[in-house]
Amino acid sequence: MSSETKQILTTDGIPLEISLKKAERKNKIKAFLLVAPLLLFLIITYIFPIGEMFTRSIDDKMITNMLPKTFKSMETWDGKELPTEEVFASFLSDFKILVDKKEHGKLAQRLNKEKNGFNTITKKLFRQVKRNKIDETQSIKEQIMKVHKRWRNVEYWQAIKRTAPPYTSAKYLKAMDMYLNEDNKITQVSEDRRIHRILWLRTVEVAFFVTVFCFLMGYPIAHLLATLPMKYSNLLMICVLLPFWTSLLVRTASWMILLQQQGVVNDFFVMIGLVSDDNRPEMMYNKVGTYVAMTQILLPFMVLPLYSVMKTISPSLMRAGKSLGGTPFVAFWKVYFPLTIPGIGAGCLLVFILAIGYYITPALVGGASGTLISNQIAYHMKTTLDWSFASAMGLMLLGGVLVIYWLYNKLVGVDNIKLG
Amino acid sequence: MSKNTEFVKFDKVDKSYDGKILVVKDLNLNISEGEFITMLGPSGSGKTTCLMMLAGFETPTNGEIFLDKNPISNIPPHKRGIGMVFQNYALFPHMTVYENLAFPLKVRKIQKDEIDKKVDKALSMVSLSGFESRMPAQLSGGQQQRVAVARALVFDPAVVLMDEPLGALDKNLRESMQYEIKHIHENIGVTVVYVTHDQGEALTMSNRIAVFNDGKVQQLSSPDKLYEEPVNSFVAEFIGENNTFGGEVTDISKDVCKVKLQNGEILANPISVKSKGDKTTVSIRPERALINPIDKMDNNQTGKIEEVIYHGDHTRLRLDLLGNKEFILKVPNSSNELDLKLGNQIKVGWNSQDARALDPK
Repeated sequence: MSSETKQILTTDGIPLEISLKKAERKNKIKAFLLVAPLLLFLIITYIFPIGEMFTRSIDDKMITNMLPKTFKSMETWDGKELPTEEVFASFLSDFKILVDKKEHGKLAQRLNKEKNGFNTITKKLFRQVKRNKIDETQSIKEQIMKVHKRWRNVEYWQAIKRTAPPYTSAKYLKAMDMYLNEDNKITQVSEDRRIHRILWLRTVEVAFFVTVFCFLMGYPIAHLLATLPMKYSNLLMICVLLPFWTSLLVRTASWMILLQQQGVVNDFFVMIGLVSDDNRPEMMYNKVGTYVAMTQILLPFMVLPLYSVMKTISPSLMRAGKSLGGTPFVAFWKVYFPLTIPGIGAGCLLVFILAIGYYITPALVGGASGTLISNQIAYHMKTTLDWSFASAMGLMLLGGVLVIYWLYNKLVGVDNIKLG
Repeated sequence: MSKNTEFVKFDKVDKSYDGKILVVKDLNLNISEGEFITMLGPSGSGKTTCLMMLAGFETPTNGEIFLDKNPISNIPPHKRGIGMVFQNYALFPHMTVYENLAFPLKVRKIQKDEIDKKVDKALSMVSLSGFESRMPAQLSGGQQQRVAVARALVFDPAVVLMDEPLGALDKNLRESMQYEIKHIHENIGVTVVYVTHDQGEALTMSNRIAVFNDGKVQQLSSPDKLYEEPVNSFVAEFIGENNTFGGEVTDISKDVCKVKLQNGEILANPISVKSKGDKTTVSIRPERALINPIDKMDNNQTGKIEEVIYHGDHTRLRLDLLGNKEFILKVPNSSNELDLKLGNQIKVGWNSQDARALDPK
């Protein structure tokens, strides 16, 4: 037994494991230095921004920092009746500092988001403070309550207390058309204001169908590419890749020219008498336009992985299937198709993930019924400047993609993916 | 049971891929039932094309192929009932050995227990019982090969085609597989059409060999006849080793002719020469020429030893004989000590019967 557990030594008497580590260390360092630039690049451009997005999406520290004393004194308040004199006093002292820093407007804005009506009463309080009307030797509670009747309403103090935690899930709830009500319960917004959920569903639906269309069209093309003789397949390959080399914007714009009501496709339909001139179908600024343009743009992402897998399938396998008595369909379905599954998986995953975050194309040809969640994100980034909301939605999108990836791994296995 | 000698029949078959070059020219070939026939030839000689036409993956440009008297040109491959072993095995990589073998049976809608029985039998035939649940990638080259053979036989086809099935195996394995396939053929008596470019393989395994060159069958005969009595200089060159002399016929009688070489004259067996003045290539097998012959032989020459190569069981000598510097002799190492040294002059003799005067190269 002892000979088995004994360390194996090199001829110089150093334990083998240590010696091996020493010998390998140099290579490891070299390898690390080679990938270090990429790692650094990834950290700076990818991991760090995602972390930043995440903190921004849940960040609610601004108000926490504005009213430190208030929240401290509120800790013991049960929130059922009006708070004590102490809370009012610390609120006033926090407020005075904000007035000095001219930040009371921000506070009003933030509180107003929590509960409507704060704007007015904060302004009134500000005027009183500015004119030094509040006598700190008297009861501060009484004086503030006199500023406006809402200061006597316990609901407003409850709203202030709700903003105390430095983090909030409000943005995520908002993206799902939900919010936290006064009792800290998750509630749905009223039916006529639910817009995000429709957008999420539409995004998934569009991505799904675009993937299906790409698969249905890409599979035969890839098969043809893999089986044609070199000189034809090269030409076909260029045809597949040509749109790839054209700017996305140009391609989308050309779809606009084709699909608009006075466009080429409609002209053609009218010419062959398929539709009457005064009844041209709308193929753009709706889902149809989004489907058509996105399918065409994402097609190469389906064709290329499929092609690379099909190229490796020996033609003798199909022949073997046929010579063993399988009809061409049986040979295809039992032999050829199962062997292309890694390519199908890779292509579908690629197209779906790209489609779910697609932005320019739906923005240009989608119209109102064809816009997706990414357009909504862009809208909040650029127009409303609610970056934390945009971050929250972006992260939800990222999370969704990760979930799909995980599901795919469970169902098919990521090792089965073959990208080329 | 009388055997059908025209079980497979190629009738005036031509094949062209591009409409310019014929890869198979006027092929007429009869294969009898239960025969092991090999199509042998260099690459590009049209042998694989013939096999593909028989399997149904290529259509003859002209002529017809008959299987058991029925024309089959219009029958798709999956209805021909011909088993095929492919060059790279073509095992289905996503199926186990069992599923591979069950495939031809399943598509024929055979009962499950019947399938089990047949798969079992086929696997034991290639001595791979117990490998049912392996994937092809988990098998060695030789095992994959045997699975491919078993799969081509499991549905009891009338004809099995083999397209250079042993090409990817190493030498030892190839040889043992040759015997294995030969024994399987002898045991079940299926008709086998085998394609190879390896003459050794062809000679060991076949009942008859069709030597292909340039889209034509050059000679169709049993292995021994092919080796001993090649009918033209291509076959003589392609099968086995061969010493050749180019010359001109100066005298001819019924079964012997005089051939004048560049420097010298020999007697030969007239095979494809008809009259005086014909150009000819005389072919002599290395083992037919003897050193210091004891028996009387009608050709006796003297040559200079140019090279001695030791081969274990025999020694090869390269001689300069009658102006041919590539004249090869095989000397068994068991024979009495000869003075085989470089530069020595030795006497070499052979019978005119073994020197075949064939068509000029």
